Amino acid sequence: MNRSPSRNLYRFLLCTTAFVIAPFVQADEAAMPVAIHGEMVYPVSGPPIPGGLVLVRDGKITYVGPAEDMVYTMDHRVVRAKVVVPGLIDARATVGLSGLLNQPHDQDMLEKSAPMQPELRAIDAYNPRDPLVAYVRSYGITTVHTGHAPGMLVSGQTMVVKTLGGTADGDTLKPAAMTAVSLGSAGTTDQAGKSPGTRSKAMAMLRAELLKAQEYARKLALPDETKRPARDLRMETMLRALDGTQPLLITAHRQQDIMSALRLAAEFNLSIVLDGCSDAPLVLDEIKAAGFPVVLHPTMARSFGDLENLSMETAAKLRGAGVPFAIQSGYESYVPKTRVVLFEAGVAAGKGLGFESALAAITLNAARILGVADRVGSLEVGKDADLALYDGDPFEYTTRCLAVFINGREFPGERHEP
Amino acid sequence: MLSRITLGLLLAAGTALQAQENPVAFTGATIIPITGEPIENGLLLVQHGKITAVGDARSIRLAADVQIVDVTGKVIMPGLVDSHSHVGGVQGADGSNPIQPDTRALDSLDARDPRLQKARAGGITAVNVMPGSGHLISGQTLYLKLRASRVVDDLLIKLPDGSPAGGLKMANGTNPMRPTPNFPGTRAKSAALVRDQFIKAQEYRAKRERAQGDPDKLPARDLGLEQLVEVLEGKRVVQHHTHRQDDILTVLRLAREFGFKVVLHHVSDAWQVADEIAAADAACSIIIVDSPGGKLETRDISFANGAVLEKAGVTVGFHTDDGVTDSRHFLRSAGLGVRAGMSRAGALKALTLANAEMLGLADRIGSLEAGKDADFIILSGDPLSVYTKVEQTWVEGQKVFDFADPQDRLYALGGPGAGDAQRVQLCCYGSAWDLIIAANQGGAQ
Repeated sequence: MNRSPSRNLYRFLLCTTAFVIAPFVQADEAAMPVAIHGEMVYPVSGPPIPGGLVLVRDGKITYVGPAEDMVYTMDHRVVRAKVVVPGLIDARATVGLSGLLNQPHDQDMLEKSAPMQPELRAIDAYNPRDPLVAYVRSYGITTVHTGHAPGMLVSGQTMVVKTLGGTADGDTLKPAAMTAVSLGSAGTTDQAGKSPGTRSKAMAMLRAELLKAQEYARKLALPDETKRPARDLRMETMLRALDGTQPLLITAHRQQDIMSALRLAAEFNLSIVLDGCSDAPLVLDEIKAAGFPVVLHPTMARSFGDLENLSMETAAKLRGAGVPFAIQSGYESYVPKTRVVLFEAGVAAGKGLGFESALAAITLNAARILGVADRVGSLEVGKDADLALYDGDPFEYTTRCLAVFINGREFPGERHEP
Repeated sequence: MLSRITLGLLLAAGTALQAQENPVAFTGATIIPITGEPIENGLLLVQHGKITAVGDARSIRLAADVQIVDVTGKVIMPGLVDSHSHVGGVQGADGSNPIQPDTRALDSLDARDPRLQKARAGGITAVNVMPGSGHLISGQTLYLKLRASRVVDDLLIKLPDGSPAGGLKMANGTNPMRPTPNFPGTRAKSAALVRDQFIKAQEYRAKRERAQGDPDKLPARDLGLEQLVEVLEGKRVVQHHTHRQDDILTVLRLAREFGFKVVLHHVSDAWQVADEIAAADAACSIIIVDSPGGKLETRDISFANGAVLEKAGVTVGFHTDDGVTDSRHFLRSAGLGVRAGMSRAGALKALTLANAEMLGLADRIGSLEAGKDADFIILSGDPLSVYTKVEQTWVEGQKVFDFADPQDRLYALGGPGAGDAQRVQLCCYGSAWDLIIAANQGGAQ
């Protein structure tokens, strides 16, 4: 056993202070290196570590492993918890755009003036200080893929942002992540005289839009500069869908809508991300063959309308089929105003998915689907110091989130006492 | 009536035990009776739809004719009682008037609604189904047993006089305020309209009393006022939707003025006025929603409502408000209650006996005690764990849900055939004119 005096001193201090985690870190503490001990540390990228330690310096992870194998210096602030996991990632949300009060002034998740508005950017609407951002953070969610909601054929662009509560620009990991497309009931309207009024019309409009973008691309490449088209925000966005730099996030719940999404991807050689996917078990082979990831509906979503067939077992079935997937909190128009992706993954864990796969679905797998796995999603040396600390199995209803770290900065965990 | 139900159940249940002509003993489980400490290696004895004994398996001697069901390793607790739900697509008042106590949930319930079977899958055996909250008085609620029938009349809980048990749904705050004729536009007007109505009911009652049964002097029957008289006389409990702290106190003020018995529902701001609620001796039926907000009145709702009310000595129960939350996740409310500081025993009581008390049914349901109805659930483990599943649900000695049955499993987990093609109405949180939500579908505001 290799024990340094300083470590023993820390152990002594921890016992005497009953390691209450400071709710707010003083400014000078923010710069301090942190030593986070977990009775169980789940790096997700590797096997769980009993008696684990994560060291954090300058906002990055500098060590992940057994506490016994590492000696750290006295200048570390020491924090302990039963369970330490990577900061959680919500793979599809509208938090920051659909605010807590649900009044017109805090609802920016859906522009209804036209069915296709790919030029709308989430970053121009995201409110990092909406109380729901801090709310989900207090349960351990450190990164959200948020943006325009399902509800219009092309509702706008999404962003990947950390729940720092600072500024949209400063908190953002990816300002333009995907472009949100809705098929089925969410993408059509029942207003007389308006389009798209049917599934077929919606697909015809989408295909025409992508054809226009192809033509725009062709003209952009013309050798004669004077013949190139003027800048067009809408076309530029669709172009990024065509070249794969900003994939379409296609919300499709009914199996025919999922198949339409796959057909569209094949026609235009798109890489897409399937969103929602209530009927995924009905077309599992087709989804797997297409090779696209799924950002699955909330496990506890309400099962009506296009979500009529949803099952709490679908996550387990996707895992069984080898389809890459993440779990989302989705969009809620009412009560609750946001779901907490930790809770949704927990119910999936209990309905056949199991603990480790459920954790991966809201950490590393989500990061990979969102293209941010170089920064977040697992506890690995060099990655951002985003962690969530719990007093037990994070998925258990009775467990509490004790503290959250983002870029090495500590935020309070959940609080219920009035 | 009873024999018809029994016959129907036998036909429907098929292989279910024969209504416990002979006693059946469930042995080996951990039994959570609610009225006492959990019993390891317990025994639950059931016959003729009633519980005949509960205790330690080693201390109860069984007669030779007892059929033994070994449930070692499982957990048995009382069937859950949901004190506020909208399963069955219940309705009450229409848009013509804010006060319609004459309307009955009974006359609207669809007993074939898949959400009833989902409620059974969630372990719910008794439920208060209510009309919405878009009215000051939206109608008579209905207390149901989720027996194995698809006919509403078979699900009723009968009072000694033969009438179906139920409460009276009322609401205040923003939901009943709307810009349509007859409806209030302010809180003070809401209260004035309700007070007017109760004064009419007092006069109606006085006229009836003065008539002393003389048909010539009796006032003409009035279906609405009759119900309010039942409320005034304590025969019918007011089940009152209310969120904001000032609205909660308004309910208590009116209850005091007219002497009616009231259960407060949702009670988002309960943590702010817990002492006042305790002093008024009003019970609270609360909801756990995953985040605050969604409307101004629920801005400050807290997971800690259960804990604060428990500490203040208030009778507190959970409800689903299905479809605001799904009946299949009802156990979760208790887990989240404990997360925010409620005692384990208090949280389990809040799913069962506390709600039975609010419905005036605590002598029949809500705990596992000899003489009570044999309404119980068999769980795979700790009721507060996310990994636990409801394996079986029993109502009056009949199995009404079995996870091992493929059709029941479908209802428990979902999948093609288990859902509802229609959009669900969220009648208790929404304003009356934006009840239809389009979650994950649209973005209706």
